Amino acid sequence: MARRINVGPGRALLLVYAVFALSASVRAGYQLVTKFSEAPLAYLLSALAAAIYVVATVALARGGETARRVALVACSIELIGVLAVGALSYAQPEDFPDATVWSHFGQGYGFIPVVLPVLGLIWLVRAGRSTD
Amino acid sequence: MIDALGYGIIAAALALAVWGYVAAALDRPPGRALFAGAWVVAGLVVVQALIAVARIIGGADVDVALFAGYILTAVVLEPAAVYLARLEPTRWGSVILASGGLVLAPLTLRLLQIWRLGDG
Repeated sequence: MARRINVGPGRALLLVYAVFALSASVRAGYQLVTKFSEAPLAYLLSALAAAIYVVATVALARGGETARRVALVACSIELIGVLAVGALSYAQPEDFPDATVWSHFGQGYGFIPVVLPVLGLIWLVRAGRSTD
Repeated sequence: MIDALGYGIIAAALALAVWGYVAAALDRPPGRALFAGAWVVAGLVVVQALIAVARIIGGADVDVALFAGYILTAVVLEPAAVYLARLEPTRWGSVILASGGLVLAPLTLRLLQIWRLGDG
């Protein structure tokens, strides 16, 4: 029997994910509405990032085994996203004229965006293995 | 926004983060003092938000939609951290309060940047 993911470390992750879900959604919504044509790729990635944070937040709050699997997928996509966008924003800055939450590995947010999915995956895998 | 208050919030949030992580490392649940620290930081954020709203009403040139979204996030952050930490009377409660401070610091820095863009 796997542990529920919405206790202990899971609650700390829930707080941080909720904050990122809220702020990333606000930012993505604002970018898409006011200046989508300026940098469509960057803003669509912003919206994707926001959606993933929302999914991960809801999954961490619910806490069952299904939620754990959903959160695993969300954190995996998040990690791939932050690494890909982080690398591309250095390699091809012209494609990212405006920052997204994942640009430069989340430098604008104290690099929390690149650390968060790693901590999330560690917790979700451990909770899945645990038998208490 | 007042720059000095903004930097004060960042310093207080980082101090709260260090305090919370030290408490967690010592395997301590959050005590009264740590909760009080979180409420002090929450109060400073509310004061900053009220000053910002007053200045926007007074005609400060700032991107209101974006700023409002971020300041709303900042205002609810510490109360949310306190709520979750109360549900978690273990070392992880201390981690929750510490993490709230750790996230509030860059968020406040972003708010200062957005505010200055408007002024420029």
